[in-house]
Amino acid sequence: MRRSVILETVIRAELPVLLVVSLYLLFAGHNQPGGGFAGGLVAGAAYALALVAGGAGAVRRTTRFQPTTLLGAGLLLATLTALVPLFTGNDLLEHDVLSADLPVLGTVKTTTALFFDTGVYLVVTGLVLLVVTALGPGDLDVGDVDATPGDGT
Amino acid sequence: MAAAVLVAARRPLGRARFAVAALAPAATAGWAVWLLATLDPGEAHTRRVEWVPGLDLTLGFRADGLAAVMALVIGAIGVLVCAYAASYFGSSPTAAKVAPLLVAFAGSMLGLVLSDDVLGLFVFWELTSVTSFLLIGTDDERPEARAAAQQAFLITGAGGLALLGGLVLLGQQTGEWTLQGIVAAAPSGGLVEAAAVLVLLGALTKSAQVPFHSWLPGAMAAPTPVSAYLHSATMVKAGVYLVARLSPGLAELGPWRPVVVGAGVASLLVGGWRALRQSDLKILLAMGTVSQLGLLMILFGVGTEEAWAAGVVLLVAHALFKAPLFMVVGIVDHATHTRDIRRLDRLGRRLPVLCGVGVLAASSMAGVPPLLGFIAKEEALAALGETGLSWGTALLVAVVAGSVLTVAYSGRFVFGAFGPAPDRGSAPGALVGPIVRDVHTPAASIVAVPAVLAGAGLLFGLLPVLVQPLVDAAVTWWGPDAHAPTLALWHGLKPALYWSLLVLTLGSLAIVARSAVERVQVDLPRLPGTQRGYERTVRGLLRGADRVTGVVQSGSLPTYLAVILVTMVVTVAVPLSGAVAVPEGLVLADSWGQLLVAAGVLGAALGAALALRRMTVVLLLGVVGYGVAALFMIQGAPDLAVTQLLVETLTVVAFVLVLRRMPERFAARQSVRRQLPRAALALAVGAVVFVFALSATVRTEPGVSEEYLQRSLPEAAGRNVVNVIVVDFRGLDTLGEISVVLVAALGISALSAAGRRGRGAGKAAGTGVDAAEEGGVA
Repeated sequence: MRRSVILETVIRAELPVLLVVSLYLLFAGHNQPGGGFAGGLVAGAAYALALVAGGAGAVRRTTRFQPTTLLGAGLLLATLTALVPLFTGNDLLEHDVLSADLPVLGTVKTTTALFFDTGVYLVVTGLVLLVVTALGPGDLDVGDVDATPGDGT
Repeated sequence: MAAAVLVAARRPLGRARFAVAALAPAATAGWAVWLLATLDPGEAHTRRVEWVPGLDLTLGFRADGLAAVMALVIGAIGVLVCAYAASYFGSSPTAAKVAPLLVAFAGSMLGLVLSDDVLGLFVFWELTSVTSFLLIGTDDERPEARAAAQQAFLITGAGGLALLGGLVLLGQQTGEWTLQGIVAAAPSGGLVEAAAVLVLLGALTKSAQVPFHSWLPGAMAAPTPVSAYLHSATMVKAGVYLVARLSPGLAELGPWRPVVVGAGVASLLVGGWRALRQSDLKILLAMGTVSQLGLLMILFGVGTEEAWAAGVVLLVAHALFKAPLFMVVGIVDHATHTRDIRRLDRLGRRLPVLCGVGVLAASSMAGVPPLLGFIAKEEALAALGETGLSWGTALLVAVVAGSVLTVAYSGRFVFGAFGPAPDRGSAPGALVGPIVRDVHTPAASIVAVPAVLAGAGLLFGLLPVLVQPLVDAAVTWWGPDAHAPTLALWHGLKPALYWSLLVLTLGSLAIVARSAVERVQVDLPRLPGTQRGYERTVRGLLRGADRVTGVVQSGSLPTYLAVILVTMVVTVAVPLSGAVAVPEGLVLADSWGQLLVAAGVLGAALGAALALRRMTVVLLLGVVGYGVAALFMIQGAPDLAVTQLLVETLTVVAFVLVLRRMPERFAARQSVRRQLPRAALALAVGAVVFVFALSATVRTEPGVSEEYLQRSLPEAAGRNVVNVIVVDFRGLDTLGEISVVLVAALGISALSAAGRRGRGAGKAAGTGVDAAEEGGVA
């Protein structure tokens, strides 16, 4: 697989934007189109793009987390969110409304369902990341970069 | 009361010592004595603990006389076993492993005998199987110990499954889920009979009855304290105990007596016969246990009040003589490093005290007066003489024969361990090793433990009044009017006395002529071994599983897909066939946009079916997916559309990544004959989905979506109803789905790792991606 410097550079710039979009989808999900699943897919797609452009090394450089860590953390978070209400005398998976006054943003209202959705987000991101790294091209050879004349000795 | 269970179930971890471990059984024993002292006849302390209220599952505990007797045996023997184990293990690291397991076992066993709720009883039943498995496999570096543990677990576990089936069936037939209720209902009928047989299967496997006894000799791989506790005094009595619990209500059922008494007689005779040919002292005792448990089965299962009461006496007596015998063997093993009677010569002279203890316990086993074993045997013979059954005499004769064998193997034990070594010239297998000359003297503390137990057998024999309250308390389970016979050494010149004399005389003759008996045994053909049966069954199961896997998991992707799709067509089409409906006011399309997109989707699908390059197919499938997303968009479902778009994109990416490893084009076109079934299947799937979609839009009930739409904002504070459904209303579904995603992801990871080593795993990984993503979308 040949590497394209242009694609790599563009994606390096675009990756944070895509991740922000995915987070936006996650947080907006309760009231607008989006949600943890869609957000996770966007984040996964962003990593897939990085992988196609720069190989597994590029993905490793952008995230410190192993896909399996994301998967496990996501399921753990979702399970804990589901279980916590049991200890406060409510039913499994019962969600509460939270609201807080934050500087700049003003009054922010959300529900504990957000934590659950974050779990979904992490699991989906982890899945996509795992699939693309498992099936992907692996590490690209440095020598594969659009060879500049005179580079080879 | 529940506290007693908790105390017993507490597991002293870390540097566990048997002194700590002994506290729990000591508490149990003390509690049991208090219970026996304070309990009015026929009464019981009960406690019900809600377990899963939603499923009506409760843990019902009931401490009555029988439970107290069992608890006393568990507690008292437990304390002494701990004391013995402390010396037996010394400071070896095994102690830390065994001590908590022993206590955990004692807790499970106590729970078992206190449970009134049958499902709770089953749980404790299985717990004892698990702890037994772990204890047999204590020496986990020896393959024989591991195999023995596995065999014990497989056999008792299979019996446990049968027991569960039987208990559930009984519960459903009677509507009673407690032992008390089932016995009071005294049910009958074909299903109840089947249930009884299943329950008995569980009881017979647990109590190592013929033909399921093969695991017990193997279980002797466990350390001796474990054998003394689990495999003679307590756990193997669980089956007998269950029979004792159920027999007042179920003994009149058709198959009950033939099964229980049949297995009991077979065990009594086979166990005794086998014990006579063992040269390993421990195996000899194990076979003797099979035999004694057989007698217990007969007594509890035959279904008369007197026999039942005699069973209780024998149960106590057996614990008091079999446990010390095992301990004696353990000490002999420590002192001489062998348990083989062909290598032990005149040990009685070197270790006179130990010899005395062994003789005392073995005499009780043989039923020699004035020991408790004699009283028990006497009661048993008396009760079996008066069963009033048509085959009662035959049964009595069989039990007398079994008792003769018991006397004979008791003698073999005593003379084998402490008497002169047998004439090695004629003994088969002269390769057993030299006679042991070097004997360590055991510590007094370790000999004291079996001495206490054997002494108790003598004391209770001389003063049967001490055992009387146990039997009186237990027998109330049989019925409110039931009375235990008065225990005594001398009942006068009754038939039972003559039977006892006959047994002792014949048995003594067999002991005197033991070398002749041995020769007869060697000459007779061996009985068919059930050990081989067990091995053959296990091997057959594994081979069968291999074959099934070979057929079901062919490894062909088209076959898997065909099976899945055919299943889908059939399961949807059959219920649908009666409910096909066409909604009113059906229009071809709402707008030109829809038509356009639909045309594009159709074209791409056709193209995908006809394309020859893999990459083309994938891209065209992507077009189909995007087209569907566009339709969602047009219909005003942005959430669905976004998700569909993303999933479609990632599916194409995953496909492309997989396709890099595969040939560019499909293999040469296949013949029409091979393609025809596939085309037919594809058309069928399409038709079913079409009709289903059409019919599904015709509602007869109001949809759930209205309700969700109304509840979404006020109840879940969310305006995006799709998301609210996913994370709140159907949150549990989502939780399940992400768990599936996680498992699928791990599968992909493993497959691709394997694929990197070998070849051809990429294909399977590709389907995993689809399955996982579909699971997520659903």
